[in-house]
Amino acid sequence: MSTILERPQNKTEIKRSGGMGAVLRRNGWTLGLIGILAALFVVARLINPNYGPPGIQGLAISVLPLAFAAVAQAIAVIARGIDLSVGSMMALTSVVAATLMDERSEGFAVVVVIGVILLGFILGVINGSLIVITRVPDIVVTLAMLFVWAGAALLVLNTPGGGSAEWLRNLTLGSFLNQWIPKAALVLFVVVAVIWIPIRRSRLGLSLYAIGSDPLAAYRSGVSVNRTKILAYGLTGLFSAIAGLTLTASTGIGTPVPGPYTLMSVAAVVLGGVSLAGGKGGMLGPIIAVVILSLLRAIMTFLGVDTNLATVAQGLILVGVVMVSSLLQLRRQKV
Amino acid sequence: MTADTTTAVETAGPTMGDRLRRLVRERPIVPLLALLVLLVVASELIRPGIVSANWAGVMVRAAIPLAILAACQTMTMLTGGIDLSVGAVASMTGFVVATLVNGPGLWAGIGIALAVAAIVGLITGIGVGVFKVHPLIMTLGMSLVVLGFANVWQLRMVQTGSGVPQEFRWLGAGMFLDYIPRSLLLFIPLAIIIMLVLNRTGYGRLLYAIGDNEIASRLSGVKAWQVLIVLYVISAVLAGIAGFLYSGLTNVASVTLVDSAMLPSVAAAVIGGTSIFGGRGGYAGTIVGALILTVISSILSSLGYPEAVRQILYGGLIVLVAAAYNRITGD
Repeated sequence: MSTILERPQNKTEIKRSGGMGAVLRRNGWTLGLIGILAALFVVARLINPNYGPPGIQGLAISVLPLAFAAVAQAIAVIARGIDLSVGSMMALTSVVAATLMDERSEGFAVVVVIGVILLGFILGVINGSLIVITRVPDIVVTLAMLFVWAGAALLVLNTPGGGSAEWLRNLTLGSFLNQWIPKAALVLFVVVAVIWIPIRRSRLGLSLYAIGSDPLAAYRSGVSVNRTKILAYGLTGLFSAIAGLTLTASTGIGTPVPGPYTLMSVAAVVLGGVSLAGGKGGMLGPIIAVVILSLLRAIMTFLGVDTNLATVAQGLILVGVVMVSSLLQLRRQKV
Repeated sequence: MTADTTTAVETAGPTMGDRLRRLVRERPIVPLLALLVLLVVASELIRPGIVSANWAGVMVRAAIPLAILAACQTMTMLTGGIDLSVGAVASMTGFVVATLVNGPGLWAGIGIALAVAAIVGLITGIGVGVFKVHPLIMTLGMSLVVLGFANVWQLRMVQTGSGVPQEFRWLGAGMFLDYIPRSLLLFIPLAIIIMLVLNRTGYGRLLYAIGDNEIASRLSGVKAWQVLIVLYVISAVLAGIAGFLYSGLTNVASVTLVDSAMLPSVAAAVIGGTSIFGGRGGYAGTIVGALILTVISSILSSLGYPEAVRQILYGGLIVLVAAAYNRITGD
């Protein structure tokens, strides 16, 4: 999975991607994250020998919204943007889905799910178009749109309510084939792979990374920077909508107040090896980072540590990891 | 702000639009004040009789803590940074003082709260300045740390109870003669100092220099890391002071009290003409920006729209003002 979902191969990298060393170098960050994750699982098992399939299933379900939010954020950040409205778009799409599915047939819910994903794409396209048209910095536009989408969510549903189709709720419950493979994890990987890999391999994918690493160079090589940026935000909106749907699926209702997903998604993206300067990183890293952050919280709960200290730990890990990585970068630059 | 005003007169040739553009670029405060006046007129038109000395006092009182938080954003944005930890830090200081006022006393509480804020700022500054962590990430991480510790503190303090000190309420919510907010006593000197530092001191020029071109400033011998560490300490302490005013204004001591003001503080600085990419802006514009945002939310609530519509219009207006500003200055 790591080789498919991993970060881009620009032309020079394709040329020297033959050896094992190149693969390691290119995926070093993600491999490191996988190592940390594995170590944490071992620690979790050691502390709590009962930590098994049910715990992992619960973990997979609980990370689902933030994992999709991280994927959404990663796309915007790769294209040298940032989307502070991810959490609000999740709230809006979640309440729209919950309102439309409430007391309707299971079949109608399929239409709703597709419609809501399209809605997310449109919300994102609106964000992107505003950025391109007004030429106001991404962070300011999406900050303002955070209020707009959150307000719209309140318009749709004033208090938590609505409902969710049974099949949507069951989609993430339990395990698949083997009790060690939670259905939620499968949904996450299948959805991300089905949508992202074709895009990544297409012209659009290359353009996304191109405008992220150097907009001027991309423009001169014939990439339509504006159109690519709008589509990047469209995809961010699309994955935010999927994140919103998982919220509705896991709680069975829609909640109009945005959760802490926006800022946590930024944190996960950076931990996952996506550079805030744009043009670098993939989807696997941020997803693993989300799982690590949640697993860490679970472990601290096993240890009987105050959950508030878990928040402190998350902050320290975020800061610490980024410090170490920038130290490594600084050293490399000096050499 | 030291731009030569005579040049505009000498070059009388250019068109109206050019002159407007020049005015906005060199004196961003002028169109902002015009917008503020326009909004006040709009308030009066929407609800005749609403604009009074007391109303103005209420607006200023609500805008002051926001303007202090926005000072943090203005100064950090000048260097190309941002401070997302102001919400957590401000909530923390207000809360810490409220828990200590019945024990060690008010001044000890204020001292401890501001010392904690300064330590937070110091760590942030070291991260940004020495380790070159992106300010967005560094301040985000620190806000999680502060929130977590504040929550731990809250659990410890459940038994002792807490209350917003009378002094904070006097300063944050009280008014002289029913229309002069007492928080001006704190804010006017603070604002003057911030503006003097930015415009008249070498330190202020260094902030602009780092944001304008970090490499050039480094080559000319600026030790950016020292400047940044001091900057984030100042920012955290200012946020801490704003926290006192917020808890006084609302009479609430909560570890999440100021969170909702964090993003508006960024918006106030941006509307006030400070560039998020660094090197351009100033505090005077930010103060007007904070007033504009306060009057906008007052208008929206006086229209009697539900919260939902208010939020939508609020966000829409931020984009509109920022876009108009960009269009006129032609950046």
